[in-house]
Amino acid sequence: MTQTFDIIVVGGGHAGVEAAAAAARMGCNVALLTLDRTKIGAMSCNPAIGGLGKGHLVREVDALDGLIARAADAAAIHYRMLNSSKGAAVRGPRVQADRRLFRDAIQTMVRAQSNLTIIEGEAAELVLQGGVIAGLILASGDRIACRAVILATGTFLGGKMFRGEERMDGGRVGEGGATRLAAQMRDMALPMARLKTGTPPRLDGRTIDWAKLEQQPSDDGHWTMSPMSGARSVPQLFCAITRTNQRSHDIIRSGLDRSPLFSGHIDGAGPRYCPSIEDKIHRFGDRDGHQVFLEPEGLDDHAIYPNGISTSLPVDIQHAMLRSMRGLEHVEMVVPGYAVEYDHIDPRALDHGLQLRAMPGLYCAGQINGTTGYEEAAAQGLMAGLHAAAELLGKPGPALDRANSYMAVMIDDLVLQGVTEPYRMLTARAEYRLRLRSDNAMTRLTGMGIALGCVGAERAEKHASMAQRKAAALDQLNQRFDHPHGGGKAGPPKTGAEWLAHPEYHARDFVGDKFGAELLDEVTEDIRYAPYLLRQDNELNLLQRNDSLRLNRDMDYRRIAGLSNEMVERLEAARPDSLGAAGRLRGITPAALTAILVASKKLTVA
Amino acid sequence: MADTIFALSSGQPPAAIAIVRISGPQALVALAQLAGRVPEPRTAALQMLRGGDGAVLDQAVVLSFPGPNSATGEDLVELHLHGGRAVVRAVESALAQIAGLRAAEAGEFTRRAFANGRIDLGQAEALSDLLSAETEWQRRAAIDMAGSGFGRQVEQWRQHLLQLSAMVEAELDFSDEDDVASEGQADDQVAADALALANQLSAEAAKPTVERLRDGLRVVLAGPPNAGKSSLINALAQRDAAIVSDMAGTTRDVVEVPIALGGLAFVLSDTAGLRDSTDDAIEKVGIQRAQAALDRADIILWLGERGHGPDHAALIEIDSKADLGGLTKGDDALPVSAVTGDGLRALQDRIVALGKTLVPRPGDYALNARQRDELRDAANQLEDAAKARDLLLRAEHLRLARLAFDRLTGRTHTENLLDHIFSDFCIGK
Repeated sequence: MTQTFDIIVVGGGHAGVEAAAAAARMGCNVALLTLDRTKIGAMSCNPAIGGLGKGHLVREVDALDGLIARAADAAAIHYRMLNSSKGAAVRGPRVQADRRLFRDAIQTMVRAQSNLTIIEGEAAELVLQGGVIAGLILASGDRIACRAVILATGTFLGGKMFRGEERMDGGRVGEGGATRLAAQMRDMALPMARLKTGTPPRLDGRTIDWAKLEQQPSDDGHWTMSPMSGARSVPQLFCAITRTNQRSHDIIRSGLDRSPLFSGHIDGAGPRYCPSIEDKIHRFGDRDGHQVFLEPEGLDDHAIYPNGISTSLPVDIQHAMLRSMRGLEHVEMVVPGYAVEYDHIDPRALDHGLQLRAMPGLYCAGQINGTTGYEEAAAQGLMAGLHAAAELLGKPGPALDRANSYMAVMIDDLVLQGVTEPYRMLTARAEYRLRLRSDNAMTRLTGMGIALGCVGAERAEKHASMAQRKAAALDQLNQRFDHPHGGGKAGPPKTGAEWLAHPEYHARDFVGDKFGAELLDEVTEDIRYAPYLLRQDNELNLLQRNDSLRLNRDMDYRRIAGLSNEMVERLEAARPDSLGAAGRLRGITPAALTAILVASKKLTVA
Repeated sequence: MADTIFALSSGQPPAAIAIVRISGPQALVALAQLAGRVPEPRTAALQMLRGGDGAVLDQAVVLSFPGPNSATGEDLVELHLHGGRAVVRAVESALAQIAGLRAAEAGEFTRRAFANGRIDLGQAEALSDLLSAETEWQRRAAIDMAGSGFGRQVEQWRQHLLQLSAMVEAELDFSDEDDVASEGQADDQVAADALALANQLSAEAAKPTVERLRDGLRVVLAGPPNAGKSSLINALAQRDAAIVSDMAGTTRDVVEVPIALGGLAFVLSDTAGLRDSTDDAIEKVGIQRAQAALDRADIILWLGERGHGPDHAALIEIDSKADLGGLTKGDDALPVSAVTGDGLRALQDRIVALGKTLVPRPGDYALNARQRDELRDAANQLEDAAKARDLLLRAEHLRLARLAFDRLTGRTHTENLLDHIFSDFCIGK
C-alpha cells in the first residue's frame, strides 16, 4: 500500500505535534507517525510547562497559533509567575500540568486539525531519490511517499537507559526505541553525538507526610499561558518543598561507585543546569542541602514528581535517599529514576529552517537536535513545520531573528554553535532580552504568522482587536495629564508616556482599566524600556545588515588566507549562510569576516 | 538601513592635500550641510566648508558620486582638504556631529564596495592578499597583547566583569534556586564592585598614550595677542615657521611645527592670540581654533599674565620678551628671550622633563585610541550598571560593558557567562 502526503512528521511528542499541526495549518497534507497514538502529547519528564526563558518560548509558539500553551491551560493545576518582582522581560509564566489532561488536550487539537492524519507505526527507513527525501518505509513494510520528513524522535533514537547496574534500550520506560532508523542515519555519516539526561523517581503522594512540609500555593493572578484560553479552568493544587540533608548526601556517596555516571558507563554530556543529585553532591559537596520541589502529576493521579533529584543510582540507594528527607520518611516509589543516553544530530548540520543541508527535505526538531525541554521541542517543531510547509508551498519562511524572538535565538545558537550539553533556553542567551517579553509575544509575532498563513481566524481576530485597543490606549496616553496622584507635587502636566518613564506609575493611573489589565501592563513596559531599546538600534542595524549579506555555502574555507585552523573548523561545521551568522561564530574576528566576504563574492562572480 | 561612514582616505597629515570620504545614504545630506549645497555629480567644486556652529572649517574641493556608480556602490562624497592635522580633525568632528554619520571601521569602505559588487575579480585578489596580511598582523598584535602586561590585566578585568554579570544573570534566570542569593542580597555588592571596576578602567584609559609617542606630544603656545608666541615657536623650531609681526592678531590659524627634543617627538602649535573682542571674522575663527587646540594640548606654554592661563596640569608659565626689559611674572616663571636665546635651553629641558611624564615608559605597555575608547565605554557602562536599580537594566549595562571587552579582545560569548554561572552556583531542579 502506498499513501502520499506532503509531509510526514515522525514522533508525537511536543516537537512532533507542533510540527504536524503547523504544517497542516499552512495547508499541507500531513501525516503524523507515532508508535502509539494514545501517547501523543505525553510529558515524559517533569509535569511542568514554562519557566524562565521557557515561558517565553511557550508564548511565542502560541502567538503563531501553536498548541502547547492552550494544552497547558487545559491541564494547569498550579500557576506560578517566576520573577514576578522583576521587570516583565524576565518574568516566566509556568504551570504544573495534569499529565492526562495535557495529553487529552493535545490529542483533541490534533484530531480536530484538518489536513492531519495520524498513522501508527515505526519509521524504519528514509527513502531518497537523488539525495532528496521521497518517502518513508515503516517497520511493517508499508511505504509512504512524501516530499519532506520531519524527524521529531526525541530520545527514541539509539536511546539507552541506565539505573544502577541495569541497562534498557528505549527512550522512555516501557516503550521501544527507533533503532533501525538510528542505524540508517549513522550509515549516512551525518554528524552525530551522544548526550544524556535523567529523570527522578516518581513518588506515591499518599505516602508523603504533607503536614510537615512548606507548601507553595498557586498564584492568585488570573493570567493564563495562552490569551486564547480566557480563564483558568482546572482546580488548583499546591506544591511542597523538602530538602536533602547530610544523611541523604552520605547515602548518595555510598552508592556513587554503582552510578553509571561515575563508573564511566555514560559517555554523553549531561546538562549543567539540571544535574543529577549525585552530580550536585559530587561538585558542590560543601552545600548542606538541596531543595526538592514535590510537584503533583495530576488531579486524580497519586504520583508526585520530586523536582531536583534526577538520578541513575541503583533502586535501593534511591529508596534510602528519599526516606532520609523530611516528609518522605515513609515514602514509596512508583517508578525509580533513571538516566537516558541518546543520539542527537550535531545541529550545525542544519540550516536556520532546521533542514539538514546534506539531505534536502529532511528536517529535525526537538531533542534529536541536542535540546532539552518540552518548550524548546515545541518551538523547534513549530519552526520546522512552518519552514517545511513554506518550502513546499514556495513561500518565504517565517522571518525571525535574534531581535524578535527566543525561537530564533535558540535556532541560531543551535545551528551556529552546536551543543556541548543538552540545550535549554535561558533569558541570558537573548542579547535583546529587553524587547523579547513573554507578555508581548502576540504583538511581536502574530502579525507575521497571519501573513505567513499559520494563524487561524479566531486568533487573527483576537490579534486585530488587541492591536486596535493598544493603538487606542497609546493614543490616549499621548495626551497630557496632571500628576496622577494629585496633591502638592503636581508640576506642569506631562503626557502619560512621560509619566510612565518613572517606575512608580502604571498606564492604568492615566487611562483606567477599560483597555484590560494585560494590555496596559504591556503598554507600560513598552514605554518604560523604550529609551533602552532605542539605544540598541545601532547594534540591530549592524545585525540586520550583516544578516542580509549572504555567503556562499559551498565555500572552501581552507583556501582563504589568514583564517586559523580553529576558525576553519567552526566555519566548516556550521557553514553560515550570512556574514552576520559567520560573525556570531565563536572566535571569528572582523578581519576574518572581511576575508570570508571577499572569498564568497569571488565565488559568486566566477 | 546602513549607517553613513566617513574616514580620512589619504595618508596621515600633514600633507598637501587630505581626502576625506563619506559613503552611505546620508553622504549627500552631509555634504549639503558642510558646503551649503551639493555640486553637480562627478564635478569638482570649490566650496567653503562650515561646521554646525557656522564656523569656517576649510576651503575645499568637493566631489559627489551618487550611488550605485561610485567606488562603494553607495552615495559617495570626497572632500579634498588642506592637509593640516587641525583641519582634518575639525572636519572629522563636524562630520561626527551630523545625525546618522559615524567614523568608519577598518576596511569598511572596502567591505561595502564588495557587498555592492563594485570590485572585480582582479581587484578582489589583490585586496585579499592585503587582507590576509592584515589578518596576520592582527594575529601577531593579538599574541603580543596576550603576552603583555596589558593582556593579563584585561583578562583579569574581563573575568571580574563576567563574574559580576554571572551574579546578576543567575538572579534573573535562576532566582528560584536556593543556591542563588535571594532577592537583593548580592545587589549592593555587585553595585560596589561594578563601580570599583569602572574606576580602574577609567584610570587605565587616562594613562599616557602610545599615539603621543608616535605622533608627538602637543605643545601649545598660548597667550594674549602680541605676547611673542610666534617668535618663541620660531626660536624653538630654529626656523621661521610662523609669521612674526608686532601687529596684534597676526597669527590667525593654528601653525603646527613638528620638532624632536631629547629623543621625544613634539608638535609645537602656535595659536591666534586669545582676546575677547575682535571685529575680524577670520581672526574670530582663529581664536576658536586656538581654543580647540588648547583643549587637546599635552603641554601649554603660557605667555600671558600669570595665573590667567587655561586650567591645565602641564602648564609652563613663561616670561617672554625678557630682552625687552623687566621680569614681570615672578620667580617660578621661566624667563625666555626669543631674540637673544636666553632661557631657551632651560625651557627645552622643562618641556622634555614634562614630556617624559606624559609618554609611556620604556617597557610599559601603551594603549591605542581604540583600546582607550573601549575601556572608557566599558567604564561608563559599569557606572550605569552600578546606578541602575532595575536588575534588568543593570544586566543590560553589564552586557554593553561585555561588548566593549569583546571588541577589545576580539573574543566573545555568552557561553563564557554561562560557564561562570554554572561553576559558581549549584543550579538545577
